[in-house]
Amino acid sequence: MPRHLLSAADLDRDEVIEILETAASMHDIQRRDVKKLPALRGRTVINLFFEDSTRTRSSFEIAGKWMSADTINITAKGSSASKGESLRDTVLTITAMAVDALVIRHSASGACRQVAGWVDASVINAGDGTHEHPTQALLDAYTMTRRLGDLAGRRVVIVGDLTHSRVFRSNVLLLGTLGADVTVVAPPTLMPSGAAEWSRRDGFVLSHDLDEALFVGPAADVVMMLRVQRERMSGGFFPTAREYSVGYGLSRERVERLRRRNEDVLVMHPGPMNRGLEISADAADGLGSVILDQVSAGVAVRMAVLYHLLSGDHSVRDQDSGREGTT
Amino acid sequence: MTRTDREVPQGHPVDPESRIVLGPDDIARALRRIAHEILESNKGAEDLVLLGIPSRGVTLAQRLAVLIEEVEGTAVPVGSLDITLHRDDLRSQPTRTPMRTEIPGCGVDGMVVVLVDDVLYSGRTVRAALDALSDLGRPKAVRLAVLVDRGHRELPIRADHVGKNLPTSHAEKVQVRLRAHDGIEDTVRIAAGPSHVGGR
Repeated sequence: MPRHLLSAADLDRDEVIEILETAASMHDIQRRDVKKLPALRGRTVINLFFEDSTRTRSSFEIAGKWMSADTINITAKGSSASKGESLRDTVLTITAMAVDALVIRHSASGACRQVAGWVDASVINAGDGTHEHPTQALLDAYTMTRRLGDLAGRRVVIVGDLTHSRVFRSNVLLLGTLGADVTVVAPPTLMPSGAAEWSRRDGFVLSHDLDEALFVGPAADVVMMLRVQRERMSGGFFPTAREYSVGYGLSRERVERLRRRNEDVLVMHPGPMNRGLEISADAADGLGSVILDQVSAGVAVRMAVLYHLLSGDHSVRDQDSGREGTT
Repeated sequence: MTRTDREVPQGHPVDPESRIVLGPDDIARALRRIAHEILESNKGAEDLVLLGIPSRGVTLAQRLAVLIEEVEGTAVPVGSLDITLHRDDLRSQPTRTPMRTEIPGCGVDGMVVVLVDDVLYSGRTVRAALDALSDLGRPKAVRLAVLVDRGHRELPIRADHVGKNLPTSHAEKVQVRLRAHDGIEDTVRIAAGPSHVGGR
């Protein structure tokens, strides 16, 4: 297992499967009366959030606490960052207090990788700009595998604002590792530059036509709608919300048509949703929607990630991992 | 013997230098006796729950449940109790992937829980199992059944039901192989060589 989790591409297939299996054990624990495991006792995890977040930050905090790590939240508002301290100084100040892991969300793409070069602690990327959000991709993969089993050859369609989406980037990488067959759909203005070259290299399909992606060729197993990130847009990406919704929204009609092609199609959304823009209420709350499952998987997957990065001596290699002769 | 050895799934090799100390019949007899002992000390099968410690402990717990049902005519709930996250050596070993804990629907509150494992050695696994169990509820009593007790305890722990006491040296390795788990004949072997152990 790598020391940091900066990109979904940091994990090979076996490591992803190990994390997803661990997450399944952790998920069982959520249903217990005593939701506490001693595995990370004495470890300190700092959640350093320079951008707003509800579910990611709270699920990392809960995950750390249930694993018995001491977790501390620092947000940009109310920290020295708001007094003009640089990222480097903030991070070095915090790690001077002997922390074991930094969970970082930052508006600058690549911020987490830069921090990983400055500190000894494990760095977990909780979203950096428009770059990556690997734990979201892991919890999406976990939610899919719970319903579909092995994802090899499964057809996943990812739709929406790809230019600004770190969820899309991490998902394409992780789903590629797991062998899924991915199609990504966006209007030309929201397709990142260089996507054509990337898709050729990593073997996923680009499309500008949602109906063609959904209703031509093999039926989709999963449709993942992405949020239109208005806070990152300075306007001009699409004429009106109505036009976006007609062209790229998951309307009730589209969901019904999808379900006629594959009754068990899963509808996913990383949240927070713009209901009526990229996803209709019927799609978000209807049969096949696993949007709340994604949220509930968040804690289990983050427990698994913290466990794999923080427990264990990474200098000892795995030759002796059998429990033989123990007890 | 060498023929069946080739069927060993990868990751669970049998040391060719090892000597067999218990064969399939010995293991069957030991389990049958343990089943009787459990029933005797519990005065029947009432309130019993068997929890195996993964992975071979679960296989053994399932076999004990079958034997108990043969004797008593009542089905005994069986589950598994993973101890990975409660180990005291997590920091000094490579990270282990936890296995599933499956507690039967009756829960453990007020029940007599029999922990089942293949080998009792340092006692640290059992210590971890007791901790894991206390997060799940409050059993009326906890007992320990093991197929092999090889000595060298490091904690004040002893088994209530033992299939076979095997005096060993630290340098030796005890290997348990079960047909249902490993796909080869039930055997307990002792092999020379360093016994790398998670429990230490």
